[in-house]
Amino acid sequence: MSLLKIENLKASVEGQQILKGIDLEVNAGEVHAIMGPNGSGKSTLASVLAGREEYEVDEGKVLFDGQDLLEMAPEDRARAGLFLAFQYPVEIPGVSTTNFLKAAVNQVRQYRGLPELDAVEFLKIMKEKMKLVEIDQSLLRRSLNEGFSGGEKKRNEIFQMAMLEPKLAILDETDSGLDIDALRIVAHGVNALKSPDNATIVITHYQRLLDYIVPDHVHVLYKGKIVKSGDKELALELEEKGYDWIKEEQVSA
Amino acid sequence: MSKDDQILEEFTSKEYEHGWSVDLEMDQAPKGLNEEIIRFISKKKEEPEWLLEWRLKAFRHWQQMHEPTWANVTYQKVDYQDIIYYAAPKQKKKLNSLDEVDPELRETFEKLGISLEEQKRLTGVAVDAVLDSVSVATTFKETLAELGIIFCSFSEAVKDHPDLVRQYLGSVVPPTDNFFAALNSAVFSDGSFCYIPKGVHCPMELSTYFRINAANTGQFERTLIIADEGAYVSYLEGCTAPMRDENQLHAAVVEIYVHKDAEVKYSTVQNWYPGDKEGKGGIYNFVTKRGICAGDNAKLSWTQVETGSAVTWKYPSCILKGDNSIGEFYSVAVTNNHQQADTGTKMIHLGKNTKSRIVSKGISAGKSQNSYRGLVDISKRASNARNFSQCDSLLLGSDCGAHTFPYIQVKNHSAQVEHEATTSKIGEDQIFYCNQRGLDTEEAIALIVNGFSKEVLNKLPMEFAVEAQKLLALTLEGSVG
Ligand SMILES: Nc1ncnc2c1ncn2[C@@H]1O[C@H](COP(=O)(O)OP(=O)(O)O)[C@@H](O)[C@H]1O
Ligand SMILES: [Mg+2]
Repeated sequence: MSLLKIENLKASVEGQQILKGIDLEVNAGEVHAIMGPNGSGKSTLASVLAGREEYEVDEGKVLFDGQDLLEMAPEDRARAGLFLAFQYPVEIPGVSTTNFLKAAVNQVRQYRGLPELDAVEFLKIMKEKMKLVEIDQSLLRRSLNEGFSGGEKKRNEIFQMAMLEPKLAILDETDSGLDIDALRIVAHGVNALKSPDNATIVITHYQRLLDYIVPDHVHVLYKGKIVKSGDKELALELEEKGYDWIKEEQVSA
Repeated sequence: MSKDDQILEEFTSKEYEHGWSVDLEMDQAPKGLNEEIIRFISKKKEEPEWLLEWRLKAFRHWQQMHEPTWANVTYQKVDYQDIIYYAAPKQKKKLNSLDEVDPELRETFEKLGISLEEQKRLTGVAVDAVLDSVSVATTFKETLAELGIIFCSFSEAVKDHPDLVRQYLGSVVPPTDNFFAALNSAVFSDGSFCYIPKGVHCPMELSTYFRINAANTGQFERTLIIADEGAYVSYLEGCTAPMRDENQLHAAVVEIYVHKDAEVKYSTVQNWYPGDKEGKGGIYNFVTKRGICAGDNAKLSWTQVETGSAVTWKYPSCILKGDNSIGEFYSVAVTNNHQQADTGTKMIHLGKNTKSRIVSKGISAGKSQNSYRGLVDISKRASNARNFSQCDSLLLGSDCGAHTFPYIQVKNHSAQVEHEATTSKIGEDQIFYCNQRGLDTEEAIALIVNGFSKEVLNKLPMEFAVEAQKLLALTLEGSVG
């Protein structure tokens, strides 16, 4: 079943069109990888899907779980099950991850018609999910992302994902800045959360992560367009040849 | 007396000749302020002669004074002759229990979420409710009385404990202290009185709710708290006022006297009507709050959450006279729309080894202006005095202002004074991050603001902290987006 269907999506920021007609369909149970050189529009796509205000949608349609995604407020997209693990997670001083997530989880539950979790229930779930990404309780008591190392921030994003149980998770360069152990932990978390009902879009420009999170489909985004799609072999090919042959293909085409 | 004043006096007394006569049956005084009005108030309250004299002296002094202009606020000048200085709720007989409180008054309280019965039954908070100048109900008096604690309205204290009142009234805030304190001393209506005897640890939070009700009535409370040697009390003050177009003046005085080894915690949650979005109406909150740590090892701690009022002018202060005494000031002040707040504290170090700590969190949104103004004064004989000040400002949007005016005067070389200040802005990326996790923008702001204010909110008693958090969110509603 189609969970996300993007048709001819064009979007601009500060008057400049970055996404120039994207088509993409993601079904429940699938893992998609979006690769591409720096500046090709990967984060922009993630931001547009999440509903970031500065990005103007010029054209196109996005259906998410049967709903018109572009009509929804960012918080409703999140509540409906869209999760974005940020490339650059934001610091929120004075607010612990625990408190932050308690508010978020209960908002999401309310939207889904589930009862609010009390502190005890919440902590129980938190303990389970903490194991998944091997995150320490002391980190969760600290102000969200404030003074976290790069790796801690990324792990914290995946932890939040585990807590919020999204239908579609978009991981924007979650692998960047991770050493091999942290990479394995993050990948393990993502894999453990996989189910036939949810899907993951992994944005990366290294093939490395895809050794651990094996994609069903790989897409290459270049200058705001998906210029090539294939299976996991495509990622290996990219790793081997770099992006230049894609660029050349584009020029000659 | 200057010539001008003479003329003024002649003029005012002349007006009186032709004007109204004082009607003791009246529930409120006529508009305006003169000696006759003060006599009226004093008579209404059946006060002793000394107190009337005390008021008149303050009034005469006030007439010589000028309204202060140094605060970082601008507002339409108050016409002191256009204010009603005394109004009593329409209520005749004396009350023996809460059940006798006028149902309408009770309803008002309940609307405010201060069901007296609830308070009485559930929380163990003793409440002394002040509605427009007259205290309507006092609970828990008996329990407190067993410990020798006196907690009653100021008027009752004048009748039942005149010696205590006479001894301490004006001992911390002299009637001539400043323009608004002098005005209050002349016309104060009612307030709370609290005395904790030697060595007594008050077992419950003492609480007062103030409320401005009738139109055009200024509110001039007078609160006096005395903690005798080794005593302890935590005192809560909550304020609220209904919407009105005109500006109303509120000029209270709070005096706290802390003896040797005693400790007083004074917490305020202030949400007087701030005026509408265009800046129309709202309360002028010109308050003098001061306490003295008179004896050694005394401790006084102010915690305030200021969310209301159109204009706030307020500096809860500590005079650290006793050696080793400690003063603390924890403040969150939020301003939105056209609100203006100029608030802070004064820490006057007189004794040796005195310590003070200031934590001020200012949050500004809309077109508001939020200023911290603080004085740390270390006198010559205050050896080894310490102060730490932390002043943080948080801005929402770009039309508001945050200002910090720290004054530091050190006359003893052994002093250690530290001052830290930060200013930050709630970023769109922070809000989007919260949105992306399912929180709407208002919730996001509430979360960020509560995080910012946590250090201060944690100082409040539990039930107040929850209320204060809600108030912060409420004040900032609609301030972004
Ligand atoms: N907020 C923004 N303001 C201005 N330009 C932006 C903004 N976000 C992205 N861009 C531009 O859009 C292009 C694509 O950026 P991005 O989506 O971050 O690429 P990628 O994630 O693939 O590296 C870049 O040229 C970048 O400079
Ligand atoms: Mg990117």
